[in-house]
Amino acid sequence: MELDKIEEKDLKMGAANQVVFSETLQELAANDRQIIAVTSDSRGSGKLVPFGEQFPKQIVEVGIAEQNLVGVAAGLASAGKKAFAVSPACFLSARALEQIKNDVCYSDNPVTLVGISAGVSYGALGTTHHSLHDFGVLRAINNVIILAPADNFETEQAVRFAAESKVPVYMRIGKKAMPFLSDTTQDFEVGKGRIVKEGSDITLIATGETVYPALKAALVLKEKHQVNAAVVSMHTIKPLDTALLDELATNGKPIITVEEHMVNGGLGESCASYLFQKAARNPFKIMGIPDEYTVTGSQIEIFNHYGISQDGILNEAKTLLEL
Amino acid sequence: MENKDIQLKSIFLRKQLLKYIYKAKAGHTGGSLSCVDILNVLYNRVLNVDPLHFNNPDRDRYIQSKGHCVEALFVTMADRGFFPESDLETLCAYQSHYIGHPTKKVHGVEQNTGALGHGLPICVGEAIAAKLDEKPYRVFTLLGDGELPEGSNWEAFLAASQYGLDNLYAILDYNKQQITGDNSQVLNTAPVKDKLEAFGWAVKEIDGHNTAEIEQALNSGPFEKGKPNFIIAHTIKGKGISYMERNIKWHHGVPNPEQYQQALNELEEAEALI
Repeated sequence: MELDKIEEKDLKMGAANQVVFSETLQELAANDRQIIAVTSDSRGSGKLVPFGEQFPKQIVEVGIAEQNLVGVAAGLASAGKKAFAVSPACFLSARALEQIKNDVCYSDNPVTLVGISAGVSYGALGTTHHSLHDFGVLRAINNVIILAPADNFETEQAVRFAAESKVPVYMRIGKKAMPFLSDTTQDFEVGKGRIVKEGSDITLIATGETVYPALKAALVLKEKHQVNAAVVSMHTIKPLDTALLDELATNGKPIITVEEHMVNGGLGESCASYLFQKAARNPFKIMGIPDEYTVTGSQIEIFNHYGISQDGILNEAKTLLEL
Repeated sequence: MENKDIQLKSIFLRKQLLKYIYKAKAGHTGGSLSCVDILNVLYNRVLNVDPLHFNNPDRDRYIQSKGHCVEALFVTMADRGFFPESDLETLCAYQSHYIGHPTKKVHGVEQNTGALGHGLPICVGEAIAAKLDEKPYRVFTLLGDGELPEGSNWEAFLAASQYGLDNLYAILDYNKQQITGDNSQVLNTAPVKDKLEAFGWAVKEIDGHNTAEIEQALNSGPFEKGKPNFIIAHTIKGKGISYMERNIKWHHGVPNPEQYQQALNELEEAEALI
């Protein structure tokens, strides 16, 4: 499909990104005995039960002990293994943060940290189970690539990349089934934002599971308001694709960022910081979770509550476009 | 190396670590003196490591969890030929790789440590990898007694037992003191032996300043097939310098010129008795 003529009916429904993660890892492990999944009683939620059954020697279970999960993964990586430490993103990126900082990043052990059920995937379970801080804390740590794939295609590519990466990788994925955002013949390159819809009137930069509502908002903008919005899946949070930002900002048109993360420390602040220092003066809005006690409910209800939804993004776009 | 030679080496390494702490005006003096005999035996009698071929995948691993006692490590590694001793002139200097904790920028250091409770989990990962790959190497770590309360250690104690890591050796530098005072006053971890046995480890207790006992323990493993090895090395903080021994102010105290001279004199006297 052509990127400026995309319609919602063109989007093919896929599986949950964490299902694609586990299937891809299982496929890779069949030909690579160095791949090891390390789990903290998380093989069920990580969809790794079939992996464990097929490759019992390639899965290391450490129990509910996230610090040890990451330390052990660092040791395995140091000994030449391609270690994937898999745990809910909320625990992985907070409980084990010092192990990520020191044993993985500082010691340069190329572990892949897989934060499952990320963001508000565990919506109704509350703040203990939300990971709305992971971009922020990890952006402040040297030597880690941060990935938030939006759809099954990006997830599969991200897993393949991580398996060969010599640099530590953190990837966060959710448990809700996601549509494919475009045909999958496009190139996927870590560090390069993926343009899922072209347009020149406004730019929507989203990441992870918020790319889909951003794309839906863009389709309504086109259909009802004759506004052509560009939509970018910024699947790589760090390193940020600054070349693409330069390109997107040159037209001076509004930019909206959307993320399933606190506004503090997230993708939007990262983009704003870069663009402001480059003297870009595009109208700019960061959409995410505000600094307040987070509401609970399903993921979609939380998205709607904070406007990280088709309607919320559409309203922001109309405001910036003075429609 | 005869036993007399290794005892002389221990005296030499004490002189060296005091020399560089005195020069850098910084260091963890008491703890370095408490673990230096263990490091001496490890690097000269136990570890299968070759400074010229350090990247050999079959080498024994040593990760110093109590990273702050880096002075004892660096002087032992310099003596073993990992890097020229003259490098230590830059200890703690601007942009030096020889900082106050071990880093991989120094040839022969396995992992960056310094935050406590980190060494053992990494060792568990390395030991599991050795088992998976059917490699013969052993994995050693040195734990401080002050870091024993870190929860990550206990997570790793459980995992090491679960995986039957009899290729793993955790050595506790048990000088029974930490920066605030005695372990028992700060947070009592005794009885360590009973706890570790309950966690499924095979435990030996030794005199951590007796080089023959250290060597015998570290080279006689596994103590019990299928169980990780725990060595409680009873030591004395500040060992070898009369006014530093068991005196907590030497945790990271730096000697003045008179104190430094007295320390050297005491080490000369000890050397003459060997």
